Amino acid sequence: MIVENSGTVLSVRDLTAEVEGTPILKGVNLEIKAGEIHAIMGPNGSGKSTFSKVLAGHPAYKVTGGEVIFQGNNLLEMEPEERAQSGVFMAFQYPLEIPGVTNLDFLRVAYNSRRKVQGLEELDAFDFDEIVQEKLEVVKMNPTFLNRSVNEGFSGGEKKRNEILQMALLEPKLAILDETDSGLDIDALKIVANGVNQLATPDNAILLITHYQRLLNYIVPDFVHVMADGRVITSGGKELALELESRGYDWVLEENVSEVGAK
Amino acid sequence: MSIQVTPDLNQVGVVSSVDTELLSLYQTQSIAVQEPELVSLLQAIRDRAAETVQQSKIPTTRDEEWRFTDLSALKSVNFQAASSSKPNLAALESLLLPEARSRLVFVNGVYAPDLSAVTLPDGIIASNLDGLPPAYHSQIKKYLAQLPGAQEVFTALNTAAIADVAIVWIPKNIVVETPIHLLFISTASNTPIVSQPRCLVVAESNSSVTLIEDYFNQMTNLEAEETEAEVGEAVYFTNAVTEIWLAENAQVNHTRIERDSPEAFHIGKTAIAQARDSRYTCTAITLGAKLSRHNLEIFQTGEQTQTILNGLTKISGNQLADTHSTLALNHPYGTSLQQHKCIVGDRAHAVFNGKIFVPKPAQQTDAAQLNRNLLLSPKARVDTKPQLEITADNVKCAHGATVSQLDDDEVFYLQSRGLNATDARNLLVNAFAAEIINQIPIPSLQQTLLKTINL
Repeated sequence: MIVENSGTVLSVRDLTAEVEGTPILKGVNLEIKAGEIHAIMGPNGSGKSTFSKVLAGHPAYKVTGGEVIFQGNNLLEMEPEERAQSGVFMAFQYPLEIPGVTNLDFLRVAYNSRRKVQGLEELDAFDFDEIVQEKLEVVKMNPTFLNRSVNEGFSGGEKKRNEILQMALLEPKLAILDETDSGLDIDALKIVANGVNQLATPDNAILLITHYQRLLNYIVPDFVHVMADGRVITSGGKELALELESRGYDWVLEENVSEVGAK
Repeated sequence: MSIQVTPDLNQVGVVSSVDTELLSLYQTQSIAVQEPELVSLLQAIRDRAAETVQQSKIPTTRDEEWRFTDLSALKSVNFQAASSSKPNLAALESLLLPEARSRLVFVNGVYAPDLSAVTLPDGIIASNLDGLPPAYHSQIKKYLAQLPGAQEVFTALNTAAIADVAIVWIPKNIVVETPIHLLFISTASNTPIVSQPRCLVVAESNSSVTLIEDYFNQMTNLEAEETEAEVGEAVYFTNAVTEIWLAENAQVNHTRIERDSPEAFHIGKTAIAQARDSRYTCTAITLGAKLSRHNLEIFQTGEQTQTILNGLTKISGNQLADTHSTLALNHPYGTSLQQHKCIVGDRAHAVFNGKIFVPKPAQQTDAAQLNRNLLLSPKARVDTKPQLEITADNVKCAHGATVSQLDDDEVFYLQSRGLNATDARNLLVNAFAAEIINQIPIPSLQQTLLKTINL
């Protein structure tokens, strides 16, 4: 939701980044305020996933210019874990499997790392269990998942629900959902979207990275941005997504190429 | 700059004289048993083994079985027989397992009755040779040094030097409720010492027992912080042999932990005989020693045996750890499940060779073997060789080996959830190790070992 006079959560200015010497982001600008839900759409290879990974601090991506301010702090100077601890969360497009670590232990370690930074006491297994049971409801997850190894043998939908469960526990200020909808059937998509909607508050912000407009029927964005060739080329309200769905990306690309050329 | 020319120490003549020095080590160890009947029995066994030793050579990397494990460093040290230094009980406290109410302690291969404690129901024996009831004296010779593989040079060297034996004997139909802890301590000293502990376990029919066989260096494990530098110098050689006999339908759960000093040499033999319907589990953890070799040999003597072999090697620095296992199935309906994992850091080198023999009579055998390796540094090295020889035609045998590194994406995933890079790597390495460590039936030991695994 758009909230009057709310503070800026994330401010991205002229961000450029490369991977193995190949420029991918070529000047991204984006401003996200508390309470807002933004969606970044774009064709394959436009740089949307790179953008989310750069925000989360993936070591394979090298920032070559621009700045990213998260709640007044220079995000680019922070280690990935510091970003997480200060409230940035990324739901992975392909959540990793970690054999030998139970989901419950993993969630508790993550939860406690956030608490430690907040100056709160770390929770033992017993107290944590109570909290996690409650959060399972958000994504309608069976408690038996807690005793299985992290994501090991999970279906695509189960992995994505597990990501949202982590989001529910970590209560981030900024949640970046990287193609959380891709590969999901409609039932799983509804559960995931419903979970995200429950977690959206006037104090946090959500950035959806998606290839498909379908997700936006269930999580309604306040702003839609179109990314192409490493730039945000146009922005609008939720109706932009519908137009993209019916007309495809080509018309945006054409219109904006000429616009950029005119500048 | 000048170039020094050193004589080539690998000339045949030089090697053989160094060989002789190492192979004459048995002569320095005298029998530590009082009972005359046992003394003469031991003397006969020692003499036979001494003959074998005299005809043996220390293997070189030209021997297939020692291809990756170069013993020249071991041969170049001048070892002495151990002096009788003894740690006090308080110093051992941190190593005692609350779950194990009985323990036998050997210091530099010599029985330490004042450090040992045995609380077992009547009839169950856990003692050194002198503590063995006379009724068992005549039975000893049926078991001691009677397993195949006794001719192997280091086993023979140990046998030729038997001073005493740690004995665990479980009579028929007895289930031992609490684990028995066998501690073999080496004390650090300025002169390199050799100790050759010997252990014999007999589980009679339908009996069941849990054993922990534990090798460590007193100084490294007890006062690690203060004496670390000093212990870095502690060179010693442990040449251990353990024989376990499982009678029909017996069950033995065996944990073997090698946490010797980082400068030590450790060569260990675990030889198992499994009669029909018996169940044997070995969880072998290798952490210490500059050079270690574990020879694990299982001989099936009857049908429908079950063998579970879990192995974990975690080494770093310049350590070399070699595990050679042999599973000889000669009867039908045997099952075996082997999983051996190595975590190798720095310039360390792990070796795994797993032989499984399934000859014609061993029909309906179900054998699986998996070796998984995690390399933590670009200079770390693993040599792995599954070796299955199958001539039976109605069997199920599977094997596999993997070598991997810590995945950057996995580390990043954990970092993105708030763990720092070190904690993230530790969690992943721990998870890799936990699969083996969690097989140890002693919770306190699991905890201790998991802490040791941290990078």
